[in-house]
Amino acid sequence: MASFARRALWTLPLASGLARAEPTAAPPTASPEEDGQWTMPAKDYANTRFSGLDEINRDNVRNLQPVFTVASGTMVGQESAPIVVGDTLYFVTPYPNILFAVDLNAPAGRVKWRYNPSPASSAQGAACCEAVNRGPTYADGVIYYNTIDTHTVAVDARTGELRWKVKLGEYSRGETMTMAPLVVRDKVFVGNSGAEFGARGWITALNTRDGSIAWRAYSTGPDSDVRIDGSFNPFYPQYRGRDLGVTQWPADAWRTGGGTVWGWISYDPDQDLIFYGTSNPSPWNHEMRPGDNHWTNGIFARNPDTGMARWFYQFSPHDLWDHSAVNENIVLDIDWEGARRKVVIRPERNGYIYVIDRTSGEVLAADPFVYINATSGVDLRTGRLQEVPEMTPTTGSVMRNVCPNAPGAKDWSPSAFGKDTGLLYIPHNNLCMDWEPTDTSYIAGTPYIGVEPRFFPGPGGNGGGFFAWDPVARRKVWERTERWPVWSGAAATAGGLVFYGDLEGWFKAVDSRTGEELWRFQTGSGIIGQPTTWRGPDGRQHVAIMSGIGGWIGSMVSHQLDPRDPTAAKGWGNMMGALRDITQPGGTLHVFALPR
Amino acid sequence: MWWRALLLSASFMLAAAVLVHYRKDREYATGEAAQAMPVQGIVMSGIIAGGGQTTPRRNPYSDDGYDLGEGRRLYRAYNCNGCHANGGGGIGPALMDERWIYGAEPENIFAAIMEGRPNGMPSFRNRIPEAQAWQIVAYVRSLSGLVSTTAAPGRADQIRGTTPPGMTTRQEPVPSGPPQQP
Repeated sequence: MASFARRALWTLPLASGLARAEPTAAPPTASPEEDGQWTMPAKDYANTRFSGLDEINRDNVRNLQPVFTVASGTMVGQESAPIVVGDTLYFVTPYPNILFAVDLNAPAGRVKWRYNPSPASSAQGAACCEAVNRGPTYADGVIYYNTIDTHTVAVDARTGELRWKVKLGEYSRGETMTMAPLVVRDKVFVGNSGAEFGARGWITALNTRDGSIAWRAYSTGPDSDVRIDGSFNPFYPQYRGRDLGVTQWPADAWRTGGGTVWGWISYDPDQDLIFYGTSNPSPWNHEMRPGDNHWTNGIFARNPDTGMARWFYQFSPHDLWDHSAVNENIVLDIDWEGARRKVVIRPERNGYIYVIDRTSGEVLAADPFVYINATSGVDLRTGRLQEVPEMTPTTGSVMRNVCPNAPGAKDWSPSAFGKDTGLLYIPHNNLCMDWEPTDTSYIAGTPYIGVEPRFFPGPGGNGGGFFAWDPVARRKVWERTERWPVWSGAAATAGGLVFYGDLEGWFKAVDSRTGEELWRFQTGSGIIGQPTTWRGPDGRQHVAIMSGIGGWIGSMVSHQLDPRDPTAAKGWGNMMGALRDITQPGGTLHVFALPR
Repeated sequence: MWWRALLLSASFMLAAAVLVHYRKDREYATGEAAQAMPVQGIVMSGIIAGGGQTTPRRNPYSDDGYDLGEGRRLYRAYNCNGCHANGGGGIGPALMDERWIYGAEPENIFAAIMEGRPNGMPSFRNRIPEAQAWQIVAYVRSLSGLVSTTAAPGRADQIRGTTPPGMTTRQEPVPSGPPQQP
């Protein structure tokens, strides 16, 4: 009841201008009532990352203290969400992708079992940004997750016994898997990584029963491969036409064209559609691939049973800057110019927050949330990103001060939606870059990039920050600046809190109304993971985060790269060297609660 | 001024003589390299059981500016830079520092290129001709100042600011663990 009162109070001032305004809300079918668990990385189908628990709140969070920790035994980037089903917590390490099951019964923190899928060590060399893993997911007694050497595994959640393991790609051709699967009914959806190696992107639906492939939809190539037929009804004309995944490329370039599916999948049960993003085209050097490069850098809505595409929208056609479009698509219903609209909200790498009608793919708004000089906006009539013509890079010359840079205004690190506040909580970057396209050629199993970049902080000098966004008023409500880009995900709670971590290892709780920092804890290694919060078997609310520096941004530390080369780590060498003196590698699960 | 003309022509002749003297046959010395660099006998450990010592072999391509330049070109042509950047590393380890997981000797690096390494380094056997691989080895060693500074290029062509190989301080090789260990 307390949370209901807070919600009523809080949504009133947001409802400016609308006579009988309803708050922005996640549809109950996609975001059910709080049950105290956190069974999938994004919390629910809507991808809210919101917990209705309020035992830990803005008044008592200062007392939050560690309950237990578990060492992952790995020394590279720890991106997995710690998910909780009943009395057990699960997380996945980066290579070698060991699944941990941690007992939450007293004395909490005992490791019940580990499952080791023994991935091929060579596959680490096909991972652009370390052999990371964004977590397991749970459905009907089974944990599903992906391995770096392109297997999906199903493991009995109680015993740790392998149910099935299927091979879905070829790491020797640059394919890897790092994303967290999503389960809808009897299918588990998984996608590949490897657009920095010329991998051809796909999403695949596996039958949960035995792992057999129900369907696979590629992000490039002929319509039959992309699973486009007469039921495809995109809003904008540039997506209508035959085999655009072939014709919008130079001959055969679609075969090594990227469009991998390494980000988040959300689901709207009411329409029975899944939504997911496709990555950058390969290679990064845009001069090697004239055309809009369908169906890279966009969002697909698909039928989960058949895989057939319903609509598509392309955030960054003919990508110039590696603006891989795989970020989260949060399923929300919103009051929009006097009508209630079914939308997905998408904080995109190119610097705009998109509000997209999820029934049609129409872009209702695309508002900038960082300093942008590479584009001048999005034409809402055509849906097309407006590039600044003089900011077109050419092979052999350096385009200076491009904002946002390649990791963009916001990389994969997922936002949260406050069901109590109607606000989005968004970790982000404030970065610009110099960018020199170079000649490159495709050699299977080696990087296919063709750009030398170097990154630096944008205006103001801070590398990033964390802000609250009002999707109705289309403005920031509060903003926290951070020295480094914020590469951790967010979790919001009915206790009026938002949790996130920074690259120095500080895990933070801030007030969801004001952004004021209320609590912090030094976890010992930089945080690029995803916080979760849940009720333990003892009835108490807990908060969990994996620390462990690494990933693309943290590899200067975890791989001890040399900052004398500004192009190290594909551009991070220019600005992340100092982090080597501040934090150190090592993966650890941290779990917190209030004192008894 | 007749003496100036004489001095000028004399210096031209001297320069020409030097050039002729030092001009190198640009043919790939495939046979020579193959004989000079047997692939067996590569030592990666600092411990040699029973004592004794190894005698690292000299890379015939490491003292010539042309070969280093070719190595630099080939390093990009075979996408080495995609993982190792301009020596600072990325997907693969840095090549410009003192740490060498699998050994710093020319034959160690040659073997890494040809055989691959277990944590992600691909094998380029049958992709890169051996003579080219030795040129890449020479360039890789130049990144940490392990070749003659008179041969290494005095400027770096990339986007900015790594120290050109010819001006790099020698980084004394240290046998090292996997890249995760700081």
